[in-house]
Amino acid sequence: MTVVAASGLTKRYRDVTALDDVSFTLEENAIYGLLGRNGAGKTTLMQLITGQTGATSGSLELFGEHPYENERALMKVVFIKESQKYPTAYKVKHVLSLARHLFPNWDEDFAQSLVDDFNLPRKRDVRKLSRGMTSALGVTIGLAARAPLTFFDEPYLGLDAVARQLFYDRLLADYAEHPRTVVLSTHLIDEVADLIEQVLLLDRGKLVLDADTDELRGEVMDATGPAEAIDEFATGRQVLHREQLGGVVRVTLRGSFDNAERMRAKKLSIDLQPVSLQQAVVRLTMERKTDR
Amino acid sequence: MDDDRPIFVQIAELIENSIIDGTLAEETQVPSTNELAAFHRINPATAAKGINRLVDDGILYKRRGIGMFVATGARETLRERRRLDFATQYVRPLVDEARKLGIGTEELKKLIETWEEQR
Repeated sequence: MTVVAASGLTKRYRDVTALDDVSFTLEENAIYGLLGRNGAGKTTLMQLITGQTGATSGSLELFGEHPYENERALMKVVFIKESQKYPTAYKVKHVLSLARHLFPNWDEDFAQSLVDDFNLPRKRDVRKLSRGMTSALGVTIGLAARAPLTFFDEPYLGLDAVARQLFYDRLLADYAEHPRTVVLSTHLIDEVADLIEQVLLLDRGKLVLDADTDELRGEVMDATGPAEAIDEFATGRQVLHREQLGGVVRVTLRGSFDNAERMRAKKLSIDLQPVSLQQAVVRLTMERKTDR
Repeated sequence: MDDDRPIFVQIAELIENSIIDGTLAEETQVPSTNELAAFHRINPATAAKGINRLVDDGILYKRRGIGMFVATGARETLRERRRLDFATQYVRPLVDEARKLGIGTEELKKLIETWEEQR
């Protein structure tokens, strides 16, 4: 089942085009990575899907309905954003009890175990929480809500490596038991590389990549070797980056690399090295810059 | 999971290795998709893809409501297949590197024998 369907989605603020003709779908029971630099349009996209703002043009469906001011469709969504603001004079336990009434699939036991895992002080005023604790509270709500569509928009501010690992582990375990659609928007790409099934990469408002993470893995490679051999090998592949040191050239290539092609590279004295998802994303983003 | 091949292929290969070295005996249950996902910290769908590849190959089979099991004869099938790959995956690069260094066939044979003795 399709959870979100966007077609030609465009959002303009005065003279700034935040999203430019973006089309994609989000399917049921999958974890997506929404990646891109600051200002690429990630938050705008999530605000559109969660009905917080309307599109300038294009179409958008959330669970088959129009999201804007649509309470029934929005009941199925939780959106955890960076530095969430909470009502004044609320304690942690008040926020949790509010969330319990807000989300139909809320799991109280799971929420309480997350509060313990993250050492959240239940009786503390939410505005007196540290950055990391505020983030941990957001993560707790996002997970325990078990909404059919869950957004985490950079939920990490102030969370240390241990707390982030805790988040990934709890997410994975709970997702396995209760599959749903999760969108992780993050700059810590390598940390989530093995968790996400599909990568959506935004660059200056354009969707430049919508790919299966596991397939992308074998598609982007660094090739190092003699200049002539590299030029021959690069033919028919997309060259994302090129560096030269004397007669030795290193290129980042996108294409298919089956066993026969690997053998061919070896014969040409070319060393093929895998590129991390983070590096692939950097290269794909930089490549667009040189296009202009 | 750290090499460049798709993770599902690596998962399938890890299970294959356990079957070949006898850690996973024939007719025993293999870890579930969720157990594999949690252990390797990967997406459950990816783990499932690796398992399904082995099911398609007849290495694993499903017992309804219980889980996945290693098929009888799986070990021999895998060993046979690995033997076929041995020449291209190991012998070829070995010979290529030997040529590059000017090591002749006789010298290479001797080296292999010496290594065998040292084991």
